[in-house]
Amino acid sequence: MGSNPRFLTLAGVVLLLFAGAAITFLSRNAARPEVKPVQAPARPAGMIAGIFDPPHPAPDFSLPGSDGSEVTLARYRGKVVLLSFGFTYCAAVCPTTLATLAQVRSKLGKAAASVQVIFVTVDPARDDAAHMRDYLKAFDPGFIGATGTPDALAAVREKYGVTAVRRGEGPDYAMDHTSSIFLIDRAGKLRAMMPFGHDPADFAHDIRLLLAE
Amino acid sequence: MQPPSWILPLRRHPIAAALAAVLLAGLGWAALAPIELASHEAVFEIPRGTSARHMAGEKIDILPQTIRLTLGLNDILVFKNADTAPHIFGPTLIMPGQTFRLPFSQASTYSFQCTAHANGQLNIIVDPNPAPGWERLSWRFRKLMGGA
Repeated sequence: MGSNPRFLTLAGVVLLLFAGAAITFLSRNAARPEVKPVQAPARPAGMIAGIFDPPHPAPDFSLPGSDGSEVTLARYRGKVVLLSFGFTYCAAVCPTTLATLAQVRSKLGKAAASVQVIFVTVDPARDDAAHMRDYLKAFDPGFIGATGTPDALAAVREKYGVTAVRRGEGPDYAMDHTSSIFLIDRAGKLRAMMPFGHDPADFAHDIRLLLAE
Repeated sequence: MQPPSWILPLRRHPIAAALAAVLLAGLGWAALAPIELASHEAVFEIPRGTSARHMAGEKIDILPQTIRLTLGLNDILVFKNADTAPHIFGPTLIMPGQTFRLPFSQASTYSFQCTAHANGQLNIIVDPNPAPGWERLSWRFRKLMGGA
């Protein structure tokens, strides 16, 4: 059997290259299994929501509340406040958000006493205090609604960079509005913003971090 | 013992065979080796003086209409306001000197109301982490060609 030595050398080089590539691949994957490589990489201690760094005091406001009193952030100092903007005639986003936040409170157990949900209307023409109270009660009796004059509400939205635009004519109009939820810590600082679509476990995770501070 | 018939052309053209093998090995590595980037952050910054330029009537486009991210690779959006005035930047209002850091953990398309855009909307597409094989190969190819 007359083997060409040049061919054997080349074959050896090729084999080595393959072996090298295979070893690199296998060793790197052995250290980090490929089962769930896409899940949030090493962020267990961090917030799931988007965070503001450094945090600034959350802009305060004073608006007529669904419980008949004035709603201010100062009133809830010592609690984590979840601030959401929406309207009671909202077809999908607001009911989803409020149902999620209600689940968050039940998930938190005793700690729920240190969490306040404030739902600020973007549609004061239809959302008066009494109507908001009845609407919010169905989700969680602990939720508080805030309404007011269009100008006062617009001023609050501006401070948070929240948008609200009327869509459609007639009595069945809708409002396009910011759907994210703001997380305010016990010291009254605006710490984070959770985009729409997160599940209750994500909120509970971040709230526990804020309550533990 | 006779070598298999497919060996013969390789023996006749050893250099071509070696080049093909190197190419194959390279493709194998590109398709299988895990992708690792130094930073997971995609950073967008409002430079100092933006507000003044805006007041002067200049049209400033800092953010693209659509931002594309890849889960597990660059999946943290960072918006920095280096200006002296507050700005609605991306999904929220950011104070001067403040940074807003938004991590993503699910591949999806996200839409945010953003007044900085003509149609009032910022879209963020988060692609899934490229799987070993064709997806990783094409991701590396796009990266090589200057894409995301």
